[in-house]
Amino acid sequence: MSLQRLALSKVKGILPGNPACMGCPHNMGLRVVGSVLGEKAVLVVPAGCTSIIAGNWPKAGIDMPLLHVPFASAAAVASGLKASHDILGVDSITIVWSGDGGAADIGFATLSGAAVRNEDILVIVSDNEAYMNTGVQASGTTMWKARTTTSPIIGKTEERKDIALLMLMHKVPYVATASVGYPTDFAAKLEKAAKIRGFKLIHLHSPCPPGWRFDSEKTVHIAKLAIETGAWILWEYGEGKLTISPPSKPYTDKARRKPIAEYLKLQGRFAHITEEDVKTIEENIEANWRLIRELEKIYSGES
Amino acid sequence: MIRKVITGNVAVAEAVRVSGVQVVSAYPITPQTVIVERIAEMVERGELKAKYIRVESEHSALAAVYGAAAGGARAFTATSSHGLLYMYEMLWWIAYSRLPIVMAVVTRAIGPPWNIHSDHHDALTVRDSGWIIGFASSVQEVFDMTLQAFKIGEDPRVTLPVMVALEGFTLSHTAEPVDMPEEELVREWLPPREPLPFKIEPGKPFSVGNLGPDEVSMELRWLMWKAMERSRLVIRDVDLEYAKGFGLRSYGGLGEDFHAKNSDYIVVTMGAWSGDAKEAVEKLRDEGYNVGLLRVRFFRPFPWEELREISQSAKAFLAVDRAVSMGHRGILGLEVSSALEGKAPVKNVIAGIGGVDVGPEDFYSIIKAFIEEYEYGSIEGWSRPEWYMPWMEVGGK
Repeated sequence: MSLQRLALSKVKGILPGNPACMGCPHNMGLRVVGSVLGEKAVLVVPAGCTSIIAGNWPKAGIDMPLLHVPFASAAAVASGLKASHDILGVDSITIVWSGDGGAADIGFATLSGAAVRNEDILVIVSDNEAYMNTGVQASGTTMWKARTTTSPIIGKTEERKDIALLMLMHKVPYVATASVGYPTDFAAKLEKAAKIRGFKLIHLHSPCPPGWRFDSEKTVHIAKLAIETGAWILWEYGEGKLTISPPSKPYTDKARRKPIAEYLKLQGRFAHITEEDVKTIEENIEANWRLIRELEKIYSGES
Repeated sequence: MIRKVITGNVAVAEAVRVSGVQVVSAYPITPQTVIVERIAEMVERGELKAKYIRVESEHSALAAVYGAAAGGARAFTATSSHGLLYMYEMLWWIAYSRLPIVMAVVTRAIGPPWNIHSDHHDALTVRDSGWIIGFASSVQEVFDMTLQAFKIGEDPRVTLPVMVALEGFTLSHTAEPVDMPEEELVREWLPPREPLPFKIEPGKPFSVGNLGPDEVSMELRWLMWKAMERSRLVIRDVDLEYAKGFGLRSYGGLGEDFHAKNSDYIVVTMGAWSGDAKEAVEKLRDEGYNVGLLRVRFFRPFPWEELREISQSAKAFLAVDRAVSMGHRGILGLEVSSALEGKAPVKNVIAGIGGVDVGPEDFYSIIKAFIEEYEYGSIEGWSRPEWYMPWMEVGGK
């Protein structure tokens, strides 16, 4: 789907003047979701930044039907909501729009349960790599070494978990990663996911200006750097095949990637890290690439 | 009318079947398990046209029925003890969302130590959340109350979730003959749910549960409080209408009066052991004691009007509790005292905690001691609850 077509949609996803921060990646992601799936979408939103972005009653920040739900409950609420639509003959696309906490941490058991049941829902994890709404505390997806308000001096001491790969191992029909810096890639993945019956998950990379400490006009720039340095890999699993998506494809070759320092140095959360730390992060990124490349081969039957 | 000998758990499942529930989600826990097993079987056999969602926890069970009800379906779940505590966040969320879900709670002690037998601590943790809370005392009443719960909760004057508490094992696993109206007649009496126009559906861009001004939160709680007050009338109406429509018994609304009106001494109980207490009351009446019993059928809304009315001719009350609020009194005792506002003295006995068996002979001695204490004027000890533990040398007050 082209950017022009996205712009023509009747449903905008987000409404002007909503309370999101400047440069908010959730707003960018919601705009794409609204443009591509807005006509049939119903959103289930657990506690997080989007609880605020949805607006203060009687105003609204999002022009899609939206049910606010407790933090750890979203995938289960969506399961019940979709069941009611099936029984009452309502044609809907039930979407969980969650942050990293609601999906990967406090809501992980709920998410896993819904995946095991192969519920006909689409889960979008807009991952800004920390609990931003409560003031930038470390989460299960926060990068190693990143400073947060609960890892304020030495940075996070553990590696992040990979929610997309975890869900792939649940043997669900569709899993993909996406980035707010690549709206057409995200839109294509939403379109594909919406056509599949069963459990779908899209892990959306969402750089957060206040949380990562970069200037609010740089969200797209940072998101693109994550791809260009290989720090974030766009891939898609569907119909039994795993493929590296076109924007990430060139960076399969390590030599074509930009140095990871270019990505890290723009973010205040990494201001304290050493050259050695940068090297370790680079090695971890390469290890992740090896894993994804191997998975691509395994799922295609090449090895 | 169909008569079957069934257990309390099966009675719940049968009521769910004839009620035309559309979505069921539950997580198994002893002693609730038979309810969910039976319903799963009904769904697989096609006897109940519902979707059964096998969730991974009680929190998700209540979350799933919340989603189903938000989409307009009639939804049901069941749990016990730790499962209910694990649901706690969702309990309040559902009540505050004003969604008329029905939940059976098979009462069971809270651990540690692990204990699968009944007391009332689990069910009473729901007290302040905005759920209507009923306590059944027989398998027949389990069936009747579950069915009535849908009618009460979905009534547009109410729109609140309803919990039906039934004693673990004493009711859940005990078989009694139960009269059940024909399914077609029930469907006429309880047509499909008609949700308010705030269903979450595509193309209707509004949101439910947004942030708002603080005043709105308070207004919503006030409206909820009013709905809970209105539910008193609805509970009474539904009880009468059900009895008349199906030729079954009327229980009397929020409370069941067993020789209570015009008696000097009033015993207040709740749940399955009320049958044992009635037996003791009967025996004492035969011996010439002017004693009656009020069984609390609905703990929320609480039958304070019924208690007040009875108190006009009563000398003293005895509340026998199966749950205690640490640092104060028995929970039912507290409620009875507050409802009577000092119009009559109240003795509070705490018994049967953790499923300790309390039979008619125990009630006989508890009630007799209460009457004697009053008649000898030795009620000063009533300022504190009495723990009834006859197997212990030390105990009492």
